[in-house]
Amino acid sequence: METFIGAVINGLALGMAYALIAVGYSMVFGVLRLINFAHGSIYAFGAYMVYFFISIQVGLFWSIMIAIVLSGILAMLVDKLALEPLRKKQSIPIASLITTVGVSFIIQNGLALEQVFTSEKKGFPSLNLFPNIMIGNLTIQSSQIIMFAVALVLLAVLSYIVNKTKIGLSMRATEQNARAASLMGVNTNFVISFTFFLGGCSAAIAGTLISGYYQIISPTMGATIGLKAFAAAVVGGIGVLYGSVVGGLVVGVVECIAAQYLGSNVRDPMAFVILILILIIKPNGLFGKKGVSKV
Amino acid sequence: MMLKITDLNVHYGFIHALKGIDMEVNEGEIVTLIGSNGAGKSTTLGAISGLVKASKGKIEFEGENITNLPAYKVVSKKISLSPEGREVFPALSVEENLRLGAFTRSDKAEINQSFERVYDLFPRLKERIKQPAGTLSGGEQQMLAIGRALMSRPKLLLLDEPSMGLAPNLVLMIFDLIESINKQGTTILLIEQNANMALSVAHRAYVLETGKISLSGDAKELMNDPRVKSAYLGEIHET
Ligand SMILES: Nc1ncnc2c1ncn2[C@@H]1O[C@H](COP(=O)(O)OP(=O)(O)O)[C@@H](O)[C@H]1O
Ligand SMILES: [Mg+2]
Repeated sequence: METFIGAVINGLALGMAYALIAVGYSMVFGVLRLINFAHGSIYAFGAYMVYFFISIQVGLFWSIMIAIVLSGILAMLVDKLALEPLRKKQSIPIASLITTVGVSFIIQNGLALEQVFTSEKKGFPSLNLFPNIMIGNLTIQSSQIIMFAVALVLLAVLSYIVNKTKIGLSMRATEQNARAASLMGVNTNFVISFTFFLGGCSAAIAGTLISGYYQIISPTMGATIGLKAFAAAVVGGIGVLYGSVVGGLVVGVVECIAAQYLGSNVRDPMAFVILILILIIKPNGLFGKKGVSKV
Repeated sequence: MMLKITDLNVHYGFIHALKGIDMEVNEGEIVTLIGSNGAGKSTTLGAISGLVKASKGKIEFEGENITNLPAYKVVSKKISLSPEGREVFPALSVEENLRLGAFTRSDKAEINQSFERVYDLFPRLKERIKQPAGTLSGGEQQMLAIGRALMSRPKLLLLDEPSMGLAPNLVLMIFDLIESINKQGTTILLIEQNANMALSVAHRAYVLETGKISLSGDAKELMNDPRVKSAYLGEIHET
């Protein structure tokens, strides 16, 4: 029983971090109807920036803050430099999609360059910032609690921004009808940049939280997790923020239970097993809106 | 003169949609632009509001050159468009749609006044504040589109076929509202296929034919012009 509860707790913590990555896919999909496959590489970039600033003796807190902002800016630049020109030329959607895949490889391989961080794995500081909690035979690591709590708070903040602020209202308007939004005075290019910025920031935070838990980073770390979080976003219904949270938690919990009882090789494919099952039952995902998910 | 359009040309790829249009709107007027389907009416409003690019020509508003200014900047010049087909935000509530109309403004008290004004004009919207716009009837969506355009407190209101698809009693109501909005001090440029109604509320009118102005003048005079009668008032003038 304890091992089961342990797996669930582990899954909830990881799942909340997946949710934080998943909302990035979801928000960008919302405003652009585009799946941003560069998102996973921004996640890795964020973790590497924390690693780098700590290595040059900037303290943990400020390293994380700087990394978050830089990742937000990188995500925004990806859009400005690679995607916005395609939108201006009204290219076919697949052009943007393949561009995000390409950008993902460029960032990932950029991190792996010999002159940059090399392709070797690096140690990452532990985020076990306070003592672990013991309940009977069950240990809950403080990094798990931090991961769950920080991701939860940030998701609440994101949800507040989207649903209660003026910029959030302009995001939702752009999502539904960019032309009409511009008639209201909304600078839709700014809204799109802001959305990428928010997505990049949350990816960096998730990257920090998850790396602080596993205490290891590598340039390709974003590839699998990025796909998993994308699966989580689709499971919950892409474009719906709370859908990403539920999707992330489902993926996290199921994969941890599967890893516990069926072996760790079963962990990574679980997200996609869930994805396929859910899509067969509910083609738009758990909370998806009809007609939105056409790509 | 409030709005002055000189030699306006618009191309969509190889389609030459506007072929040198000259138009003027004076403060306080209702000016209507009539013409059959595909004549270029919506394109004209699109060019004024920054949605489509002018390939040649000039648009001046209150003496300022606003040609090819992006749409989101045109709104802050106090020009606002209620587009063809309404284009309300279906998943947002009536209130959020109106709030977006006031996006360029920041004074809370003044925005609240505008809410009150819109609710006075359209009491039916007030009853549906929290309802998603997509669930409103066609007439209510049209009211919302006009109300939303008023929320920026425009000096010039551009209306693109506000009566399209509405039942006859609602059409009458919309035209009454257009007149009262104008009496309250908003200048209006109105596009209509319902030429008879448009000419009856307008002070002046322009007739657009395949991208060119073919006639213009006093609305009441145009109403009796045989060329207008045969082309645009054909099926209505039997009264
Ligand atoms: N986005 C567009 N792309 C290509 N052609 C267009 C576009 N919009 C309008 N047109 C063409 O421009 C001409 C004028 O259209 P429009 O201004 O919508 O006419 P109206 O509003 O008078 O019915 C038509 O021939 C129409 O087919
Ligand atoms: Mg039209």
